[in-house]
Amino acid sequence: MEIPYAVKPRPDTGLYNAKVGIWLFLASEVMLFGALFCSYILLRVNATDWPHHWLNIWLGMTNTIVLILSSVTVVLSWSELKMGRFNRYRFYQAITIICALVFLGIKSFEYHDKFIHYQVILKDGTMIDGHLQKETTMPVSWHEQPVIVDGKLPRGAKDTDMVTLDGWYPPNEGEVWNPPLNHEDKKIEIPANKIKFMENYGPWHTTYTAIYFTLTGLHALHVIAGAIVIFAIWGPLAKVWEQDPERYTNRVEVSGLFWHFVDLVWIFLFPVLYLL
Amino acid sequence: MNQTQESVQVAHADDHSIEAVRKHIRQYLIIGVALIFGTILTVWASLINFGSIEINIVVALVIASAKGFLVVGFFMHLLSEKKMIYSVLATTVFFFAALLYLTLWSMARDSIIHIR
Amino acid sequence: MQPTTHADTHAHTSNHEEPGFWQKYIFSTDHKIIGIQYGVTALMFLFLGFCLMMIMRWQLAYPNHAVPVIGKLLYHVLGEDMVGKDAAGNVGVIMPDLYNSFGAMHGTIMVFLAIVPLAFGAFGNFVTPLQIGAPDMTFPRVNMVSYQFYFFGGVLMLSSFFIPGGAAKSGWTSYSPLATVSDMGQHPNGQTFWIMGMVCLISSSLLGAVNFITTIIQLRAKGLSWMRLPFFVWAQFVTAFLLLLAFPPLEAASVLQLMDNLLHTSFFLPTGLVVSGQALHISGGGSPLLWQHLFWFLGHPEVYVLILPGMGIVTEILACNTRKPIWGYRSMVYAVLVIGFLSFIVWAHHMYLTGMGTRIATFFQTTTMMISIPSVVILTALFISLWGASIRFNTPMLFALAFLPMFGIGGLTGLPLGFNASDIHLHDTYYVIAHFHYIVAPGTIFALFAGIYYWYPKATGRFMNEFWGRVHFGLSFLFMNLIFMPMFYQGMEGLSRRMYDGGATYEAAGGVVGLSKYVIGLNVPISHAVWALGLSQIPFIINFFWSVNRGKKVTSDNPWDATTLEWQTPTPPPHGNFVKQLEVFRGPYEYSVPGHSTDFTPQNEPEKPEPLTHGNPVRS
Repeated sequence: MEIPYAVKPRPDTGLYNAKVGIWLFLASEVMLFGALFCSYILLRVNATDWPHHWLNIWLGMTNTIVLILSSVTVVLSWSELKMGRFNRYRFYQAITIICALVFLGIKSFEYHDKFIHYQVILKDGTMIDGHLQKETTMPVSWHEQPVIVDGKLPRGAKDTDMVTLDGWYPPNEGEVWNPPLNHEDKKIEIPANKIKFMENYGPWHTTYTAIYFTLTGLHALHVIAGAIVIFAIWGPLAKVWEQDPERYTNRVEVSGLFWHFVDLVWIFLFPVLYLL
Repeated sequence: MNQTQESVQVAHADDHSIEAVRKHIRQYLIIGVALIFGTILTVWASLINFGSIEINIVVALVIASAKGFLVVGFFMHLLSEKKMIYSVLATTVFFFAALLYLTLWSMARDSIIHIR
Repeated sequence: MQPTTHADTHAHTSNHEEPGFWQKYIFSTDHKIIGIQYGVTALMFLFLGFCLMMIMRWQLAYPNHAVPVIGKLLYHVLGEDMVGKDAAGNVGVIMPDLYNSFGAMHGTIMVFLAIVPLAFGAFGNFVTPLQIGAPDMTFPRVNMVSYQFYFFGGVLMLSSFFIPGGAAKSGWTSYSPLATVSDMGQHPNGQTFWIMGMVCLISSSLLGAVNFITTIIQLRAKGLSWMRLPFFVWAQFVTAFLLLLAFPPLEAASVLQLMDNLLHTSFFLPTGLVVSGQALHISGGGSPLLWQHLFWFLGHPEVYVLILPGMGIVTEILACNTRKPIWGYRSMVYAVLVIGFLSFIVWAHHMYLTGMGTRIATFFQTTTMMISIPSVVILTALFISLWGASIRFNTPMLFALAFLPMFGIGGLTGLPLGFNASDIHLHDTYYVIAHFHYIVAPGTIFALFAGIYYWYPKATGRFMNEFWGRVHFGLSFLFMNLIFMPMFYQGMEGLSRRMYDGGATYEAAGGVVGLSKYVIGLNVPISHAVWALGLSQIPFIINFFWSVNRGKKVTSDNPWDATTLEWQTPTPPPHGNFVKQLEVFRGPYEYSVPGHSTDFTPQNEPEKPEPLTHGNPVRS
């Protein structure tokens, strides 16, 4: 039993089924990310302080350009397929997948960086901001946060433990969130028993990090999903091209539409989270 | 719809001949360059101090919207797409705007009732 | 006309091999099987959700008395935190935490696991492709996956009863910060399971919505233009759009609340939160109102998801059993489109008491009043459709007729809730419970019962027993009214929702103003009516299963003499549905057309009937 219009478009709508389906799905994704953007705006409007240029804008910009490049190769690969040039399609689509991997690699690096980036407040009120170094003797787990709160040390820690950071002394909280573009980082050693509060910049730290990890995390999941689908069509399912080239081209088109949406979301995410 | 001489079947999902597709390839490359330029522009603009953060926000969103328009309009072919798709998306955008605006309006500081 | 010779659903043609049991019934991609899967699962959840309420009603009628019969069982299964002892030392008293769990899960199960899957998943899947003349949905495998997500989400929700701490207990609305701080020591807790269950259910609905909309747009048979669609299909179409666009913000909000619960973020947790005398070590800065907005952005369209398929079912049954076209079909179509659109911009009428501000409250009040207009248009058109009709009072028709005044009561009693000022008095009282239960219980559920009795012969080839159907109807109608009518009064007198002791804390005593003994005393007859309603479902349950093999067989593929396309298939419809390509020539309700020899004309019957030299008049 054949489902009509799976490959050939229906005359009065001019569309084949999967194209209607993917646009409907993308509409729901607009509402999904839209709700998150709405949450972002609300949380920011109600906040007293908000970071500015706190994330690494050069890494963000690189990621943006990588995704734009992948968008171009995705649409080029579909065009090659429309012209019947299967090998050139394969070539461009391979670049798309590589771009996806590069994007994810840079994102993982950024995430890791935040989980070893700590805010430390001493019992005398001094604030220190820096990256945790290997020389630290105190046991620290990246997800059991805050590590120290109200001076209470984590399990297994001794009073004589030392925390070693590569960081600086911000004069106030405001400067933590709007760091001067070039501040000198140096090695700082702190006895554990002098620390009142110590927490890394994970999602739990502030509403900013919370919405940052959620938005970029959900986006990254979409990048992974899109890359898997594109790869599946490129690799294991490529034999459909021999059997039914039009059906195969449609699949490539539909997965390309999803990929462009993923790029579109990032085009808004990047300035909102990194630049503003 | 033009007949082609290709021995391999060519998909005609949107009635494009080989020549039309080739012209579009040029278009995609130009738009790709435009997008990269837009990215550099938005980073540069964010580093300028305009006095108030609101101006930075407006500039960034305008550039992002322009880039978004290019992706949706040309890469996703929305500009040449059928009415059915347009209407779904227009409705969606309207509801998103409603969610955003009404929620913000309801939580704006000056609308909270103060009980004395 | 004799039914075509397919004795059961296992018919197979000679050109493909017979699929095995698993492929045919468990991992089926056929919309009819999937529809039945949704239906049977949803009915089980409906029954379970009702059982939770029957137990809760014991606590409300006889506070702090041990539940008879099952009290001990609950104690052994759920433990002493949930089930306590009464004054005499008998085990089986529902403790507050268990009451709240049952309450939260009753709402969640009924809305998300029972009604929507039954109205949209079951009826939508089974009937829609048939009514548009399609061989199946556009994406059959996606259809199968959407059922599996639903099933898995249901399993998650149910299993949460058995983990330490029990199921979610912060209401079906899961407001923060309560949803995050209750059971905070437990990892994972019932709330986490609830959220993960919701994510599964939302994903199921989204996939279903994409499927429905694409199918209705792309697979309508030749000649089946939009204005020739049965109203049922229009209703499912709008419902699908509501699910598609309203659910994602709740999915986003669920992810955020999950992060609040598991990762200690503060999306919805304000600064300075103190729990049990201790300040919480969270970043703060979040907004509980944000959760409410995102929840109700779905929550309001969700209630239209609950009612629209029911309206569709009732329309089909009314047309068929009045032997008349539906009055005002075009107005009904426009009305349902307007309802769909407006339903997205009324949500904050659930939030009048959050201190929003008068201007925005007025905005939502206005849109809420506006949305009552198309609802009244639809109800009025259905009422007028009865005028001058030759009504056949069979069981589906009884339920469909009862739907009209019951939905009328439910809808009208919503008006004082829609007005900001009167809502101040009525918000969060039993008045609200009565209002929405009138719409969903003798409203939607009656429509769904009507649909089951109506389409059962198409799915199985046999009628359900008519006598027991009428018994089921009469008893259900009586007891539903006895349950919910007094609740309006209780609510107006000030009895709040979600009170574990049924209001006893607020009883007027010794000169202190409070609830009268009479108001609280009404809990007893209401509870009795609930248990009687439960017993009244037994004839239905037995009838449903008994009739599969023992019901009166149909003598034609179109036993009700209906005009719509689902009756033009063999009974039960085979894989692929229609024996040959259909063409549609007329609208959906051509009953009693003057000049015709029969009192109905199927949609696919050509203008000029074929000459008699071909034998019997052609049916598809």
